[in-house]
Amino acid sequence: MTPTLAACAAPAAALFCAFWLLPMVELASLPAGKGWQTYVAVLTEPRYLRSLIQTTALAAGVTLVSLALAAAVGLHLGRQRFPGRRLLLALLTLPLSFPGVIVGFLVILVGGRQGSFADLSEALGGGRITFAYGLTGLFLAYVYFSLPRAIASFTAVVERMEPDLEEAARSLGATGARIARDVWWPTLQPTALAAGAILFATAMGAFGTAFTLASRFEVLPITIYNEFTNYANFALAASLSLALGLLTWAVLLVAQRFGGGTVGAAA
Amino acid sequence: MRGAILGAGTRPRTAPASRPAAPLLLGITAAVGVFTLAPLALSVTAGLMANYAQGLGAGLTTRWLGEVWALYGGTVALSLGLALACVAVALLAGVPCGYALARSRSRVARAFEELLTLPVAVPGLATALALILAYGEWGGFRQSPAFILAGHVVFTLPFMVRTVGAAFRRDDLMALEEAARTLGAGFARRFVGVLVPAVAPSIVAGCLMVFTLSIGEFNLTWMLHTPLTRTLPVGLADSYASMRLEIGSAYTLVFLAVIAPVLWAMQAVAHWIERRDATDHAAR
Repeated sequence: MTPTLAACAAPAAALFCAFWLLPMVELASLPAGKGWQTYVAVLTEPRYLRSLIQTTALAAGVTLVSLALAAAVGLHLGRQRFPGRRLLLALLTLPLSFPGVIVGFLVILVGGRQGSFADLSEALGGGRITFAYGLTGLFLAYVYFSLPRAIASFTAVVERMEPDLEEAARSLGATGARIARDVWWPTLQPTALAAGAILFATAMGAFGTAFTLASRFEVLPITIYNEFTNYANFALAASLSLALGLLTWAVLLVAQRFGGGTVGAAA
Repeated sequence: MRGAILGAGTRPRTAPASRPAAPLLLGITAAVGVFTLAPLALSVTAGLMANYAQGLGAGLTTRWLGEVWALYGGTVALSLGLALACVAVALLAGVPCGYALARSRSRVARAFEELLTLPVAVPGLATALALILAYGEWGGFRQSPAFILAGHVVFTLPFMVRTVGAAFRRDDLMALEEAARTLGAGFARRFVGVLVPAVAPSIVAGCLMVFTLSIGEFNLTWMLHTPLTRTLPVGLADSYASMRLEIGSAYTLVFLAVIAPVLWAMQAVAHWIERRDATDHAAR
């Protein structure tokens, strides 16, 4: 690196070191003060392990469902041309810019105590049914904020797909299922891997949504938040954050190595 | 891309004709559309309804918007200020950094590029805890909006660096820079007079992205804020927890009104870049 280039990178490097790297080093060294076993508390304490497993299962389920739905939407929007297509795409990707708290609120508005779903079920004679505050609400909320990201990625890749390939397959008599397997899947697969990793990492670290829903289903970010604010257990909160950070980073890294994409570029 | 392959004479990126529709895909798209947009429409109307429990029959009102403005007006101003400050830092620190990383082939530069994206990969809560542990005792800093700004900057900077870095790597730009150099332009003149204008659309795109990310950031901000430094999303969380549904909805409407023009501009800039690249290819 020449001195000029180094000078160009210096301000960003200084900001990064002062406000991320050094604080992170401090965070990473904090659990050591309470003994080395604090680092593995997430695996040895049943409460935290349960939270970790619940969070991972939720994130994995949300990722798979969102990828499947978004692939269908991407195939439709990428292959069809109709008036208002761009507007629809813009509307479907609008929630990308929402803080998680808004998504939680939308679920409360539909599935909460005063929600329209409760009104509907009451009118149908089923009593006031709520689903916002349990696993169902959390799952739907996570799918809600995961879909736009995956839809944007899939639509972009389908738009660049060669139409001739599908045309050729069709004229050779390939069925819809054959086309899906031999033409669509190879196009979508790398995107599914890259987008899937980002969806998973985002779902693992999501805090605002679960916070707003005050969910009975505890996810790891909420556990960390409680340890920090309610119990002032800083070393443990640091240890759990490290575990969560390492896990999400590792997933993104593995996806990058296999897919050749860029970590976090679309996060 | 397609324009480049087909060569001059063909209109770049002409929309290909629709291909046979699959009813299943159409059905899923419609369902996802309802799933995404119906709650949003419900929220927008709830914010304008006189009484949510009684439905539209009770009439429409802007009363809740007024209350939001009285209770939370300050959060909008703070969020806008923070987002603009983030953009300023991204311009001053992120653009030169993107250039340095685009031109340097050293191992250190690659490693630094990877490190720089870590705040995006690692959950915001972890970054926030680290900042509090490191600077929590610095009262003046901890209590000021600058503390939140620090968190937002490390989170948004990688997006600017990556966006402009990709633009600086273009081959034609390397040639342009070389030409300016042989004509005797110094570094400052080359950078400000030649390079920055050439990648202007990407810089604008990066600015809009940084702005949007900062305005909507909650995971970090909730931990970093104090009662005197509440941002828009922090205020939203507060209103959802303690106010009636109508106020929460009206406040959500305020957020949408703030974010919509920026998103619209983002789309417009993306088209601008696409068209510019297409005409560049066609011109050759």
